[in-house]
Amino acid sequence: MNNVIVLPLLIPLVTAVILIFCSKYVRVQRWISVVSVVLNLLVALFIVNQVNNEGIQTLHMGGWLPPYGIVFVADMLAALLVLTTLIVAAACLFYSFRSIGEEREKHYFYAFFQFLLAGVIGSFLTGDLFNLFVCFEVMLIASYALIVLGGTKRQLRETLKYMLINIISSTLFVAAVAYLYGTVGTLNMAHLSLRVAEIQQDGILSVIGLLFLIVFALKAGLFLFFWLPGSYSAPPAAVTALFGALLTKVGLYAIIRTFTLIFHHDTGGIHAVIGWMAAATMILGSLGAVAYKDLGRILNYNIIISVGFIAFGIASASSDSLNGAVFYLMHDMIAKALLFILGGIIIASAGANKLSDMGGLMKSHPLVGWMFFIVALALVGIPPLSGFLGKVLIVRGGLSEGHYGLTGLALASSLAVLYSLIKVFMGAFWGESPGHTESQPVRIHRTAYVAAIGLTVMVIVLGVGSEWIYSYTSQAGAVLSDPSLYINAVLKE
Amino acid sequence: MELYMSLAIGIIFAVGIYQILSKSLLRIILGTSLLTHGVHLLLLTMSRLKTGAAPLLGEEASSYVDPVPQALILTSIVISFGVTSFFFVLAYKAYQRLGTDNMEELRGMDDE
Repeated sequence: MNNVIVLPLLIPLVTAVILIFCSKYVRVQRWISVVSVVLNLLVALFIVNQVNNEGIQTLHMGGWLPPYGIVFVADMLAALLVLTTLIVAAACLFYSFRSIGEEREKHYFYAFFQFLLAGVIGSFLTGDLFNLFVCFEVMLIASYALIVLGGTKRQLRETLKYMLINIISSTLFVAAVAYLYGTVGTLNMAHLSLRVAEIQQDGILSVIGLLFLIVFALKAGLFLFFWLPGSYSAPPAAVTALFGALLTKVGLYAIIRTFTLIFHHDTGGIHAVIGWMAAATMILGSLGAVAYKDLGRILNYNIIISVGFIAFGIASASSDSLNGAVFYLMHDMIAKALLFILGGIIIASAGANKLSDMGGLMKSHPLVGWMFFIVALALVGIPPLSGFLGKVLIVRGGLSEGHYGLTGLALASSLAVLYSLIKVFMGAFWGESPGHTESQPVRIHRTAYVAAIGLTVMVIVLGVGSEWIYSYTSQAGAVLSDPSLYINAVLKE
Repeated sequence: MELYMSLAIGIIFAVGIYQILSKSLLRIILGTSLLTHGVHLLLLTMSRLKTGAAPLLGEEASSYVDPVPQALILTSIVISFGVTSFFFVLAYKAYQRLGTDNMEELRGMDDE
């Protein structure tokens, strides 16, 4: 029992409620948001340290022992993801201060921001399947509001589609929960894992597992990503950075949790399906990233490629590839947030969305140029930077499990990432400025630079300090490879 | 009893999906609320429809119906209620700004 692990959920929730009352005072809202996120960051660091020293932490809500009550579980994976989420949130918050616009800030932008955080963090920490559904809904409803806030025509149109897809996937989630409850009669994840092991995973349970896979794949953009490129191109850059870094990763986290903890007995069937979906995701994402000449779309397809890559790590399910998936997940959240913030700065300073209308930004914005170059290399996985270790581990895991074709595809998708991002780099930063957009030079405020520089430092630290970080992520991987650690921590108190 | 409920839920799902695949936005929203009705009934049915007293201790019966799915359904109902009302207002707003409720005309990439 450890009451601290509810704090990362409670802090944004209370902050959001307070922010509702001071919606007219933009400056006050900013200060409250920053203080809350920084405080939460410290709490998350404390939790990571605690999990490192004392093992998996659990909290039984209301003192009801599991499986009867709701339990919050902070194992290393959840703790690290909460920490990464808060780093990303702090950066996106700084970036949104001057870029989001006063009108949006007065209409509860920061409150929605905090509710989104509450949903994401709750999803990471919960140990109950239906509570996961509720946290998903908290996150999704906040994301509906954030994506439509401002109400331009494009936002209205894309939000309709985004909402429809998510309503359908949430409905399927409830249906899957209903089937699972009808079959095994419990909703606590640790208890579910035991019950599924008892009655053997066959027939009906494999079908339920596949249904969960479809639900989470819709959220994560794994193969079923048709909604993603359009929806993520509608909101302002700060919101897209938040979505690109967090929302799809929550879906991936749910896939990791479900298929390492609950349905981990039949590794032949469902894991093969995940492998095929990962392959299709990487191929289609690479095609999209290479095909478009529109900065926003190239970045959106890059999200999809990395989702496929992490799913490949999950599909291999060896201890190496699970370690690698955890590391790559952390790296990807930070790097994608940085990529989208830089993308937003580039679009704002070039005044255009298409690569053909940009050019010569290296002269006016050299710092942005170098940061973009660094994050591009990090996403490809060039050694001193953060993407390297995760890719090596996932590829090694894939090879040791004999998935040669998939491994080749994963490496080829890195080339597509490299090509698409360097295309952006050369198009936007080299050459001459096209001139006709010079009429209104947009000044990028220094808070945007603070956000981008902070994340760039994180990308470098994650890469240079890989060995140190690996001592943490390998603990997360150990729980994933051996679910009995998780079950014992939750059920035997 | 479960068999009849399953058949009814199946029909609700079929009608809901058919509505969602149509062009008009209003039909799509009606389709989503049909789907949520179906899924709530499914939740109730999956916990077995055995006869027992309502889950109130004051009833002092020998057996009660399963209280867990009722709590889950209640949670899910208010969530889908909130989401549906947001969806309706969004559709209204979109109709005002975009001037159409035909999903075919809401396509497009860089046409603005």
